[in-house]
Amino acid sequence: MLAYLIRRLFAAAVMLVVIILVVFGIFFLVPKWAGVDVALSFVGKQADPAAVEGVRQKLGLSDPVFVQAWEFFKGIFAGRTYAAGGDVTHCSAPCFGYSFRTEQSVWPVLTERFPVTLALALGAAVLWLIFGLAAGVLSALKRGTLWDRGAMVVALAGVSLPIYFTGLLSLAIFSYGLGWIDGEFVPLEESLTGWLGGMILPWITLAFLYAAMYARITRATMMEILGEDYIRTARAKGLKEQVVIRKHAMRSTLTPLLTMLGMDLGALMGGAILTETTFSLPGLGQKVLDAIQNQDLPFILGVVLITSLAVLIANLVVDILYAVIDPRVRLA
Amino acid sequence: MTDLSKSGAAVGEPTGTSPTPKAFLEVRDLKVHFPTDDGLVKSVDGLSFQLEKGKTLGIVGESGSGKSVTSLGIMGLHTAGQYGRRKAQISGEIWLDGTELLSADPDEVRKLRGRQMSMIFQDPLSALHPYYTIGQQIVEAYRVHHDVDKKTAKRRAVEMLDRVGIPQPDKRVDSYPHEFSGGMRQRAMIAMSLVNNPELLIADEPTTALDVTVQAQILDLIRDLQTEFGSAVIIITHDLGVVAELADDLLVMYGGRCVERGPAEKVFYEPRHPYTWGLLGSMPRLDRDQQERLIPVKGSPPSLINLPSGCAFNPRCPYADVPKDDVTRTVRPELAEVGSKHWAACHMSQEQRERIWTEEIAPKL
Amino acid sequence: MTTQRTSGRRKQALAAAAVVAALLTTAACGGGGDDSNGGSKNGAAGFDAANNKVLQASEAKKGGTLKFASTQDADSWDTTRGYYGFMWNFSRYYSRQLVTNKTEPGSAGAEVTPDLATGLAKVSDDGKTYTYTLRDGVTWEDGKPITSKDVKYGIERVWAQDVLSGGPVYLKDVLDPKGEYQGPYKDKSKDKLGLKAIETPDDKTIVFKLPKANSDFEEMLALTSASPVRQDKDTKSKYGLRPFSSGPYKFESYNPGKDLTLVRNTEWKQESDPVRKAYPDKITIKFFSNANDLDARLLAGDYDIDLAQTGMSPQGRTTALKEHKGNLDNPVSGYIRYASFPQNVKPFDNIHCRKAVLYGADHVSLQTARGGPVAGGDIGTNMLPPSVPGSEGQKYDPYEMAGANKKGNVEKAKEELKACGKPNGFKTTIAVRNNKPVEVATAESLQASLKKVGIDVEIDQYDGAQYASTVGSPSNVQKKGYGIIIMGWGPDFPSVQGYGLPLWHSGYILDSANNNFAMIDDKKIDGLFADYLTQLDDAGKAKIATEINHKVMEGAYYLPFVFEKFINWRSSRLANVYTTDGYSGMYDFVNLGLKSSK
Repeated sequence: MLAYLIRRLFAAAVMLVVIILVVFGIFFLVPKWAGVDVALSFVGKQADPAAVEGVRQKLGLSDPVFVQAWEFFKGIFAGRTYAAGGDVTHCSAPCFGYSFRTEQSVWPVLTERFPVTLALALGAAVLWLIFGLAAGVLSALKRGTLWDRGAMVVALAGVSLPIYFTGLLSLAIFSYGLGWIDGEFVPLEESLTGWLGGMILPWITLAFLYAAMYARITRATMMEILGEDYIRTARAKGLKEQVVIRKHAMRSTLTPLLTMLGMDLGALMGGAILTETTFSLPGLGQKVLDAIQNQDLPFILGVVLITSLAVLIANLVVDILYAVIDPRVRLA
Repeated sequence: MTDLSKSGAAVGEPTGTSPTPKAFLEVRDLKVHFPTDDGLVKSVDGLSFQLEKGKTLGIVGESGSGKSVTSLGIMGLHTAGQYGRRKAQISGEIWLDGTELLSADPDEVRKLRGRQMSMIFQDPLSALHPYYTIGQQIVEAYRVHHDVDKKTAKRRAVEMLDRVGIPQPDKRVDSYPHEFSGGMRQRAMIAMSLVNNPELLIADEPTTALDVTVQAQILDLIRDLQTEFGSAVIIITHDLGVVAELADDLLVMYGGRCVERGPAEKVFYEPRHPYTWGLLGSMPRLDRDQQERLIPVKGSPPSLINLPSGCAFNPRCPYADVPKDDVTRTVRPELAEVGSKHWAACHMSQEQRERIWTEEIAPKL
Repeated sequence: MTTQRTSGRRKQALAAAAVVAALLTTAACGGGGDDSNGGSKNGAAGFDAANNKVLQASEAKKGGTLKFASTQDADSWDTTRGYYGFMWNFSRYYSRQLVTNKTEPGSAGAEVTPDLATGLAKVSDDGKTYTYTLRDGVTWEDGKPITSKDVKYGIERVWAQDVLSGGPVYLKDVLDPKGEYQGPYKDKSKDKLGLKAIETPDDKTIVFKLPKANSDFEEMLALTSASPVRQDKDTKSKYGLRPFSSGPYKFESYNPGKDLTLVRNTEWKQESDPVRKAYPDKITIKFFSNANDLDARLLAGDYDIDLAQTGMSPQGRTTALKEHKGNLDNPVSGYIRYASFPQNVKPFDNIHCRKAVLYGADHVSLQTARGGPVAGGDIGTNMLPPSVPGSEGQKYDPYEMAGANKKGNVEKAKEELKACGKPNGFKTTIAVRNNKPVEVATAESLQASLKKVGIDVEIDQYDGAQYASTVGSPSNVQKKGYGIIIMGWGPDFPSVQGYGLPLWHSGYILDSANNNFAMIDDKKIDGLFADYLTQLDDAGKAKIATEINHKVMEGAYYLPFVFEKFINWRSSRLANVYTTDGYSGMYDFVNLGLKSSK
């Protein structure tokens, strides 16, 4: 188990370096090849050549590529300083870049916003796991029944309807319409109930999409597992059906779901962008959309890095949990 | 038990009339049908037999002949499973020690499962849960039917592992199935099946997944355990060799029906059905090259949805044209007594079959 | 100000779901009742009640929290760097200038009035010297007096474009056209006040010496970028995160893209400020990412006013017009939406081909694509916005776009094509920003009507954020064959110079970030602008503006779509509300009050 752990950690570290390199390439080399002057998009309407030059200097855009790459790397571990025209800006480690648009270091902004996205993701994950699994298992056990068909129609709706639609619908009904929930984000440190009130609709909206997917996958997996020989063995022992499902079928059903969950949590950014935008939650997703619209490259880059990191960590955790659940994996 | 045959075992009248049979296990006109989109799959279509405690019945046939479905039917495990979402239709009677299982409360049957009757499955790797240790799985099997704490149950598990010949059972009890060799896994499976001293043990192809030497060990083990526990045993196999020395009685199935049954030595040495001849001919033997099978059963197993009319075996039977008037293709042959407690379903006359067997088949075997 | 930046988020939310719109209209305002034009029980004053007139001035009370909401943050809150119209409007809460726009509705709001200065400029030396004296009692938020040197330093910051990019550079261009001064950060002099064109003989007096007269100079001093900045409080590029206040409010907290809170600056004295009333105690901005959500919350009364002032989203607008009409105003925004024809792309070098497009276009359908007469605006007939002195509005309609030819005139268009030597029409490409669905819709409308006259048009959607290097680069325009570029423009300050100079003057043809898309190089127009700069008389200025507009229209460089109008929301809590031409038809933020201090 320990050797397994070390192997996984090492692989993750290598991946991290690769990711940083790739991200740098995407953001600094690709625009260059495409002939896009990054500096130009940082200045206003009447592009004063001095303004363009200032941004170019600060970003070090005229330096050779490897110097830029080195500065980028160094910044992450040791911080870096941007200077131009007598203005000096320090970005302390870990420096994931500095936005000249909002005049902020990327890292503190992202770490401040990260908990919102994390809370959104985890809260939604709890909901979608509970409802997705329950609906999927029930459907698998009662397949062909009205319940099964109904649940799968709802699941299909959940998978196909865009978050914008379900999100606005939930706001229109529960917030503007019935007025049950205020629906506006309140920081947790201000008020717990306010926070819950602001998060519940986003949770439900995001969870709806995933619960639907999980219900479908759970149903399919469960049905496959129920056909396994060891389930027959469990029944042959004289176990109650309930025990067969809970102890034998569920545990096996969880493994593929766990893999999915890890991936989904890591790669939740898409759903988070839409949900956070719909509900005006000050999380990473909202920031990245904002950054994309404003061509605020450092933030996009930071979010891409953080997201990659999240995927990496999620994968690592899944790998470890997998080994805990499935003894066969430990040998691999 | 006055009407027991000398072999002790019991292949009784196909149409028993007494409501409560005296045999330990009696199956009467068992039918297991699975509705599918293509039609009704008649996996078992009118099967009857009896079995006494302490005796062994071998059920032989190709895959798809209905032998496994029969055993699952007895165990009450013939649920939807492989044939899609519709429920299996099951009819007939299965009497186990005075209880009719098909009409009994499912929960009562469940309580019998694993305790009074238990089963050894074909592929122990897939039949054991990969996420639980051998010990956990045996303990679970024991505690379903015994109100004991985990420690006691685990002692029992170790004892059983020891009994089936697993070395260092106190250590191996904590191993996972994938950490066992194939033979060891099957031993563990057997240990699990026997943990509750079942009176009926059904072994479904218990040795198929194993190599030849291990096969022999496992078969020896089953025989020893049967002697020790005095259980009734059903061994299901496609390989006559497996049951040759083990079974007291043999039942040959084809297309969901019984085509021949009788005391083992009778079926072996005086078989009266061409399909049985084929099975004997395809028996792997150590003294012969596998290629030399003299009377292989040509063709493939019949469709269980549209069984050939007449004798289901007729398309593959080299002697289908021996009886007159094309009767093999139009009339279904019924089981008829061909010797003491020995039955076969064939349109050929006794004499024809005796002659073919002694002149054409036996010498080549 | 620049081509107006409507948030792209708005667009995405807009695309969200028409079905939800229906839901919003029913669910959001279930109990709203109907507010017809004449006011209502919830206190809404009536449709257009604050458009170019003051609404309920007497009901404004001291105190309370004025709540702004927005889908868009400012480009920067640094007075030197901000360029968005709402930023200029909002910045008056925390920054003062020598002169500023009058706090009056309509066109009067576009006139300048003394703020820090005791009076308007004493102009001498043929309009090349402007002298101001500072008021007594004007202070910074730490209580220290605002001096002429602070004003000079604040203006000098415009020169530091390499650090403080983004804002307008008119002052720099006018005071130092040769670019001799390097800006305060590279200033070798001890007090960093090395700019020669501004003199500060004492702490109360400031003198501007222009190398060449510019009749709009005082308008430029009314820009936010002419605000004072105190040297010891200048955090350079980070100043926008926490500007040091000279106005009645100061920054309490600011989280970019999340929220901003202003509280009273206790050092500010009412008697020192002839302009600002400072009614509320607190002013907040909450930033949203979903325009529909924002509009629903405005409708629900959770917020008072939209900061961006770019009109409500279609869904919110529909609901509001139906159920809360009394809370809406429909001002002219000052923007003109138009297409321009680069002369460096054939066949638009030929005036007849340009005219063919003007005649071929269906102006009513273009107006509809923009949102119709209410939400889109009146059909544009010329290129001078109605808020700019010298404008004649729809009265000047040389191509009868709002008259006989409003549905397009195929015959005339074909005549012009013949004259252009393209009797069978030609092929060209429309360039349109991909993040502006309305502009894409206009392009499609234009495409359809031009097809009828034989002009075959392809639509190319380019990345709107990259406009400086795509349509802003004449060589790229030529390479891509962009014969028609769809754009919009509003005045930085209401004058022909503040609107048209970068669009029509040959000196403003740039290699990148060019705005003279049509490549107008007309000595007559350049000459008229030169005349304008030395013409100090307002009536004379207006006359020249009219002439320039005529010249531009005669050249057929532009196809105006609409004189843009918005539908903006004001909550029933607001008092002393009015729209002003000083900020392109927005509500004048600085003197908004609440009817109740709660």
